[in-house]
Amino acid sequence: MQALYAQLLVGLINGSFYALLSLGLAVIFGMLNIINFAHGALYMMGAFVAYFLLNLGGINYWWALLIAPVIVGIFGMILERTMLQWLTGLDHLYGLLLTFGIALIVQGLFQNYFGSSGLPYAIPDELKGGMNLGFMFLPIYRGWVVVFSLVVCLATWFLIEKTRLGAYLRAATENPTLVRAFGINVPRMITLTYGLGVGLAALAGVLSAPINQVRPLMGADLIIVVFAVVVIGGMGSIMGSIITGFALGVIEGLTKYFYPEASNTVVFVLMVLVLLVKPTGLTGRAA
Amino acid sequence: MTVVTDDTLPVTPRAMRDEMVVFVVMALLLAAVPFSGIYPFFVMQALCFALLACAFNLLIGYGGLLSFGHAMFLGTAGYCSAHALKVWGLPPELGILVGVAGAFVLSIVTGYVSIRRQGIYFSMITLALSQLLYFIYLQAPFTHGEDGIQGIPQGRMFGVLDLSKPTILYYVVLTGFLGGFLLIYRIINSPFGEVLKAIRENEPRAISLGYRTDQYKFLAFVLSGTLAGFAGSLKVFVAQNASLTDVHWSMSGEVVLMTLVGGLGTIFGPVVGAFVIIAMQQYLASFGQWVTVIQGAIFVICVLTFRRGVVGEIAHYFRRSL
Repeated sequence: MQALYAQLLVGLINGSFYALLSLGLAVIFGMLNIINFAHGALYMMGAFVAYFLLNLGGINYWWALLIAPVIVGIFGMILERTMLQWLTGLDHLYGLLLTFGIALIVQGLFQNYFGSSGLPYAIPDELKGGMNLGFMFLPIYRGWVVVFSLVVCLATWFLIEKTRLGAYLRAATENPTLVRAFGINVPRMITLTYGLGVGLAALAGVLSAPINQVRPLMGADLIIVVFAVVVIGGMGSIMGSIITGFALGVIEGLTKYFYPEASNTVVFVLMVLVLLVKPTGLTGRAA
Repeated sequence: MTVVTDDTLPVTPRAMRDEMVVFVVMALLLAAVPFSGIYPFFVMQALCFALLACAFNLLIGYGGLLSFGHAMFLGTAGYCSAHALKVWGLPPELGILVGVAGAFVLSIVTGYVSIRRQGIYFSMITLALSQLLYFIYLQAPFTHGEDGIQGIPQGRMFGVLDLSKPTILYYVVLTGFLGGFLLIYRIINSPFGEVLKAIRENEPRAISLGYRTDQYKFLAFVLSGTLAGFAGSLKVFVAQNASLTDVHWSMSGEVVLMTLVGGLGTIFGPVVGAFVIIAMQQYLASFGQWVTVIQGAIFVICVLTFRRGVVGEIAHYFRRSL
């Protein structure tokens, strides 16, 4: 049973990353009509920024949690201003191709300087050690990742669904021209939205640094799984992305325990099943 | 789906004549390669990728469907052919047949699943399916995992053509490429191809005209996947191995890049793009990961400034169909 709970925890952690990343993808897709292929590369950048902050600037994990998403977010906003904005009105697939190119550039550059092996990032002192919960041993850092990701996801949901800013955002997703006519600066909102989505990816990167090590290709395979998560959950609903992300992480964890050979493929197999049964995805509208 | 292409130009006898002239010139140039001192293995490799890119282009350029998983057909056909040649000891022609049949079956299955969603979802689904296959091949015993299937015998085709001789192999690969290319050209200019273009331009309208667009897209997917598999089978004879790199997502990305550089929805664009990208990899091989960076940069530049691609720009400038 110990092993089962341990795998469940791993599943919840992966689920946190799926949720944070697919949430960002959904928010970006809503505003920019672009599937951000660079999401995995920017997740990796988040982890690297945290690594640099610690090893070059002596800035600890807690500040990195704040600073890394801001830095990567600003980088993302520069990308949006200089490149992505020119794709307005073109077919969706050009956005996919452009961001795929950006991902290749970023990952290639990091691979040049850091190779493909992992760099260690220590767990902060406050979160070291573990707790005995009676039925299992819980490493505190892992518990923290799950709880913190959940809080961030719910905060993002609150921001978009319940605040005035979020209302502007949702309105601009539906009809940007009309929202502009009301005097709201939609292009700036688009830039900020991209920054927010990218920042969430970077945050996931920082969270994963102590668990998965910091590697240039850490986001490359992850993003494909997240695409499958997005296909399963659909991009129509924020809460849908969060729930699907966590749920698939848990299912993956359970698979690792019961049938480890399929743990790499279970999300893709589920995607196929969902497509066969309900082609629009679990929460999605027809696209 | 609106891909920037110029085939709004009518299919006139002049357009057909232009295309046939270019085709004959291309075929003659390629046929002269063994006498020119150019390294034939480089050209053979490029020809395999050119056929792959042409097959991919059939789907994106004429069907408006961006598959981000075309490497799965290349790799699957490669593994099937390699297994048939090495383990079953089949002759080359049957080895190719086994590979193409493998890609055909795979494209039916994956097409049935992926055609259910459109646009950007279709791309994500094909990418996810190819990743699923990648993990299966990583674990399946017959692919030999990370090592791949090595040292594949080339054998004698039809009992007479000794494929271990580079010149003979070259002409066999060239024949395969030209045959595949002509088949794609025929498909594009058939009534079926016209309906595909109509679906790409305006799917709801095509539906309202009574076309079952899903069936057309499915058939286009199967044709494209099977032809991509043919390229993968030919590649086995050139490379004499079948490995995981051929199924990896980065390979799918390269195919997209070749077609984008040459020109989406142009007839000769994928061929030009394949030669450009393979040549670039050849010359930059010593620069390690800079190749990836440069490929990424080409993606960005093409999408931002150069969406017609090399051949597309030329065709646009001369107002010809190429």
